[in-house]
Amino acid sequence: MKLLKVSGILLLSSSLLFGCATTDKATSTDKVKETKNAASEALKGVTDEYRKYAIGEIEEFVKATEAFTTAVKNGELANAKDLYGPARMYYERAEPIAEVFGDLDPKIDAREGDVPEAEWTGYHRIEKGLWVENTTKGYEQYADQLMKDVNLLRAKVETVEVTPDILITGAVDLLNEVSTSKVTGEEDRYSHTDLYDFAANVQGAEKIYQLLNPVLKKKDEELSKEIQTRFNEVYQLLNQQKSGDGYKLYTELTEGQVKELSQAVDALAEPLSQIGIVTEAS
Amino acid sequence: MTKNINSQEEAVLHQAKISRRNMLKTAGVGGVGVLLGATGLGGLLTIKEGKANSTGKKDIIPFYGNHQGGITTKTQNHVYFVSLDVTTSKKEEVVKLFKDWTIAAALLSEGKPVGDLSSNEFLPPKDTGEAEGLSASNLTITFGVGPSLFVKDNQDRFGLKQKQPNELVDLPKFPLDALEEAWTGGDLCIQACADDLQVAFHAVRNLIRIARGKAILRWAQTGFQRTKQADPGQGTPRNLFGFKDGTINPDVKNEKQLNEHVWVQPGDGPNWLVNGSYLVVRRIQMFIEVWDRTTLKEQEKTFGRYRDNGAPLGQKDEFESLDLKQKNDQGEFYIPVDSHTRLSHGDGSQRILRRAYSYSDGMDAKTGSFDAGLLFLCFQRTPSKQFIPIQERLAKMDKLNEYISHRGSAIFACLPGVNQGGYIGETLFN
Repeated sequence: MKLLKVSGILLLSSSLLFGCATTDKATSTDKVKETKNAASEALKGVTDEYRKYAIGEIEEFVKATEAFTTAVKNGELANAKDLYGPARMYYERAEPIAEVFGDLDPKIDAREGDVPEAEWTGYHRIEKGLWVENTTKGYEQYADQLMKDVNLLRAKVETVEVTPDILITGAVDLLNEVSTSKVTGEEDRYSHTDLYDFAANVQGAEKIYQLLNPVLKKKDEELSKEIQTRFNEVYQLLNQQKSGDGYKLYTELTEGQVKELSQAVDALAEPLSQIGIVTEAS
Repeated sequence: MTKNINSQEEAVLHQAKISRRNMLKTAGVGGVGVLLGATGLGGLLTIKEGKANSTGKKDIIPFYGNHQGGITTKTQNHVYFVSLDVTTSKKEEVVKLFKDWTIAAALLSEGKPVGDLSSNEFLPPKDTGEAEGLSASNLTITFGVGPSLFVKDNQDRFGLKQKQPNELVDLPKFPLDALEEAWTGGDLCIQACADDLQVAFHAVRNLIRIARGKAILRWAQTGFQRTKQADPGQGTPRNLFGFKDGTINPDVKNEKQLNEHVWVQPGDGPNWLVNGSYLVVRRIQMFIEVWDRTTLKEQEKTFGRYRDNGAPLGQKDEFESLDLKQKNDQGEFYIPVDSHTRLSHGDGSQRILRRAYSYSDGMDAKTGSFDAGLLFLCFQRTPSKQFIPIQERLAKMDKLNEYISHRGSAIFACLPGVNQGGYIGETLFN
C-alpha cells in the first residue's frame, strides 16, 4: 500500500496512476540499460527467477483468498479469522510486483481511511467486519469483489516486466513497509496479525537477496555476509514471537519487543540498501 | 571575574572581526602566542589543523588533538545528545565502529559530508545530505563509554573488565531521584554540539547510521541555549527559570585548573583515560508552571541570586565571589542555607565544568504541562569527589527540588583525544 500514500487524489483516477507507474518503469529501465552489459546479463537470469517466484506467490495467494472468501460467504467466522493472517502473507511476500498495479493494490489492500469510505474494499474491509463487528454478515459482497480483484491480479501479473530496479528497490521497500506500518501495528489494526505481514515482507526481501547474492558475493563478500547475519537476527527475534503455526498478536508484544524488532529491521535494511552495487561492472 | 575577562576578550575579537578560528590561525604563525597559551587549545594545532586553516573556514573546531572537543570548547548554541546500546558481541566490531566514527567525525567537524556522492544511482547516498552547503558551525563530536560497556549483567562483554575505572560506575541513587529507565544509562554516548541544530542532528544521524548492526539508540535529547546572535554580549545564559546558570565554572583557558578539575591525570586510574574526562548527564525536568507562580523574592531565595543581574544575594555583581557569611538586618544569611547557589558551592573545593542546555520536548501528555527542563552535562576528573558530593548536598536540601525532578541519569568516560591516523578509543581497545 505504499503507492496510496503518495496522494489520495491520484487514486481517483487509478488509470492515471497506472500510467505514471509505467512511465517510471520505462525510465528506470533506460537507466538500467546504461549500466554495463555484463552486469545486466548477469542479472537477466535473476529477474526471470524472481518473476517465477512472484507469480508462484500470487498463485498461492489466489488459493488462499479463495478459501478465505469462501469462509466469509459461508458465515464461518472463526475459520475466516484463522485464514486471514496466513492468506495475506503471499501477497506481502510478492509486494514489489503486486504493487506495480496501482489500481488493484488499493482494492485488495487499502486500510480504512486510505481511500474514500465508499470505495473501501478488500482484505482490511473484511478484517474490520470480522474483528470489530464480529460477523461475516454483510461482507459477502466484499468477499466476492476481493476474489474478483485477486483473480484479475493473477492475470495481470503475467504482463509485468521485472527489471533489476524492481528487485533492488523492492528488497529495501519491503523492509520499509515493515518499518512504517507493520512494526507500528497500523497494518492490521483490528486483527493485530501484523507479525504475519512483517514476517512475509522480510521473507520477500530475503528472496531477492538470495537471488542477487551470487552476483553480490563477487562484488562484496563482506556485505553479503553481513546481510545474511542481519536477516538471521531478525528471524531470531520473530521466532521468539511464534505462537503455534503463526505469530503472536501485535497487542501481545511489549514496547521493548517492538523496539527491538524495529531496530533489528533498521540494522538489516541499512546494509541491504547497498545491494545496488550488483549493477556495477566488475 | 575570569568570566568578565573572557567576555571582554570575546568582544574585542568580535570587533576586530577576528573569529575564533582566525585567532588560532594567527597564533599559529606567532602573532598572539600569549593569547593562545591562555586558551589551552595550543595542543590542538597540529600540522593537520594548519591545513584546515588554509581553507579559510572560520567556524571549524579541529577534531584531532590531545583532548576531544565539546568539553572545554566554548558552549555552542545547540546540543544533540544520544546514548547508545552496543548490540554486537564482537570486540572487533566495536573497534571498527570507533574507527569508522573517527573518520566520519573528523569530516563532519570540517563541515564535510561523511562520504563522496555515490556515482551509482541504485545506491542510497553515503551522506544523508541535510548539511549540504552548511558551514561547520563549530560542530564538536564527543564520544564516551559507559560502565555497561565493560560489564553488563555480570558479563565481561568485550574482555575490558580489568580496564574499567573505579570511577566509572553507575551513580548512587540520590534522594528524590525519579529516574526513568527510558532516560537512563547507556553503553556509549555521542554529544554533538553546534551553533546550528540541523548540523548537530546531521552529525548524529550519520554516526547512528554508520553504527547500524553494531549499536542502537537508547535515548536521545536535544538542547538549546540562547544563540550567539541573540546575545552578542555573550553573557551567562539563562535557564528556563529565568536565572543565569553557569556563572561559576573552571576557567577553560587555564590549563592548570583544567588539569586539576576536568582532565583525568596519570595515576588517577587506568592510563587509557588520561586526557579524557568523566561526563555526568542528568535530564532534569523543570516544573515551569509551578515556578511561574512563585514570587520573585521566593525565586531569588531559592537560587541565592538576584534574577536580573545574577549577583549573589546581598552583593552587586554576578562574578563577585560568593559571600556566604554575610547576614541581613534580621541576622539571616543573605544567601539562604537551602539555596541552590550555597549548596552547589559547598566549601568551594569541588568544581565541575558545567555545559548544560535547556530542553523543551513539547507537552507532557499526562499533565498537559510543558515537558521542559535542563539537560545537565558536566565534566570532571573524579566524579566521586566532584559531582557526587555536590549532588548529595543538593538532593538533601536544595530548595530548588520543589520545582524540579531528576528523570534521567548517566555517566560516561569521555575518551582522550586522538591524532590523525589514530582512532577514538584506541587507548582503551588496544
